[in-house]
Amino acid sequence: MSSRLTRLWDPLFKGTTAVLAYLVLILLVAICLALLHEGWAAFKTFGWHFLISKAWDPANNKFGALIPIYGTLVSSLIAVVIAVPVSLGIALFITELAPRWLRQPVAAAIELLAAIPSIIFGMWGLFSFAPWFSNYEPWINDHLGSIPGIGALFRGPPFGIGMLTAGIILAIMIIPFIAAIMREVFLLTPPLLKESAYGVGATTWEVVRNVVLPYTRTAVSGGIFLGLGRALGETMAVTFVIGNAHSVSASLLNPGYSIAAALANEFTEAFSPLYKSSLIALGFILFVITFIILVLAKLLLMRLERAQGETA
Amino acid sequence: MDLRYLRRRVTNVFNLGMAVLTTLLGLFWLFWILYTTARYGYHSLGLRLFTQDTPPPGAPGGLRNAFVGSLIMIGVGIVVGTPIGVLAGTYLAEFAGRKRIGEIVRFFNDILLSAPSIVLGLFVYSAVVTTMGNFSGLAGGLALAIVLLPVVVRTTDEMLRLVPSTMREAAMALGSPYWRVVLQVTYRAARSGILTGVLLGVARISGETAPLLFTALNDQFWSTNLARPMANVPVTIFQFAMSPYSGWQHLAWAGALVATLAVLGLSIFSRFLIRQRNN
Repeated sequence: MSSRLTRLWDPLFKGTTAVLAYLVLILLVAICLALLHEGWAAFKTFGWHFLISKAWDPANNKFGALIPIYGTLVSSLIAVVIAVPVSLGIALFITELAPRWLRQPVAAAIELLAAIPSIIFGMWGLFSFAPWFSNYEPWINDHLGSIPGIGALFRGPPFGIGMLTAGIILAIMIIPFIAAIMREVFLLTPPLLKESAYGVGATTWEVVRNVVLPYTRTAVSGGIFLGLGRALGETMAVTFVIGNAHSVSASLLNPGYSIAAALANEFTEAFSPLYKSSLIALGFILFVITFIILVLAKLLLMRLERAQGETA
Repeated sequence: MDLRYLRRRVTNVFNLGMAVLTTLLGLFWLFWILYTTARYGYHSLGLRLFTQDTPPPGAPGGLRNAFVGSLIMIGVGIVVGTPIGVLAGTYLAEFAGRKRIGEIVRFFNDILLSAPSIVLGLFVYSAVVTTMGNFSGLAGGLALAIVLLPVVVRTTDEMLRLVPSTMREAAMALGSPYWRVVLQVTYRAARSGILTGVLLGVARISGETAPLLFTALNDQFWSTNLARPMANVPVTIFQFAMSPYSGWQHLAWAGALVATLAVLGLSIFSRFLIRQRNN
């Protein structure tokens, strides 16, 4: 009797853990369905037009997602453009240049940057960084603003807050993630390859440029996409510094808006069901965009893992 | 000297110099942010912060209700998120192994780990808040649990897989059923690693603002009722920092300093634990 009872425990234990593991999958599906369900009213009312409409007029119940989508993408792209070279430099320093005793502390300090809550980044950005940065915006206007072609991006009012500031602060927030992945995969480069390059007289930079980077290319791009995914969904820091202006402008110095900032600012004040539904529809769009980017990131990262498994 | 050789050397020195500069830049941001938080927060720090509730504009006060509310909701997050996460991670490490389903769950768990927390808050809003009819501390705690869950799943999985299979085999050779092997042998061997993962997760949810915005909302008064909106530190900081009242702004900075110290303390402590373990 008692042995039959104990034999039941094993399948029961396995079953419980299995159900809870599937819960992770169920949760993702549930998030997707719940947002789609709540945002359905907006999609149904405005159709595909919702994605390309610039309207955001709560008083007349007219909503479109274009401006927040544009702001989300542009601020995140600025962040990636700034964060990638900086992360590369940090990873290079830690893996190739720093003396052994310095590696761990520097890596830990950079990772600490990722632990700071995003609202702190926001407050620092608004009260410390933006006032300082606004001093230099006239310089940006005068010098970068006069470059033919891309000059229009850098001509704007010196408010200190806006798309560019949001992008810079997002960059600081995603640097630890990208740098950590670059550091890890750089260390995976087989020493034999590197030593061969050094043996034929390559400089440190040439080894990184021609051996380490080609070897780790897919994983590095995976890390970059992971950083992009983080930047797209970042809420509090962006809400503080992007300017929360519902307008689209060529200049990066002008205030803008992002999906996450729109949700943080307006959701609890949305007075009509269609208003609320439009905001949830924005959340659904954000979820879909980040989901695609993160899946891409994971697939790229897995390719190096698999290659490692084959050689090992 | 050979011009080509010179150019290669100059490129090398320049690029390595840039690497040093970017590292200094990264460290510079860290210190600037910490300095700003410390400088503004220090002035408003005091015993009153912990003994008085959030004041109306212009009056003196503290953040007692917000601290307590945050602790309660973090507690709910831990109580809900940790057991589910540990058991799900157990399935991945002990039963799924290299099986396809295990790989799929791992894959999507990592997606959930990086998913925007504001979207998770939105989900809890539509699943819990609309069903209950009002914002509540319970909904806030559940939103934090969803943020915590993938962190715990991942570390449990990783830590359990580090346990040598010879330990399991030894226990099974003595006739122990598998569930007892897991509970009494592998959990014990991986205990400190799993604990570290939970601590890192707790550090992350302690500073999360976005998932609380439309789940717990906020409350100006003392309340420990989980069925009602609940005061919490991050949302209070957000509201006070964005307000035009200087008293509120000072409180926001004090709250920011305390929150930052708590979060950084927790993550440094858990990293220290990892180090200890590895030695």
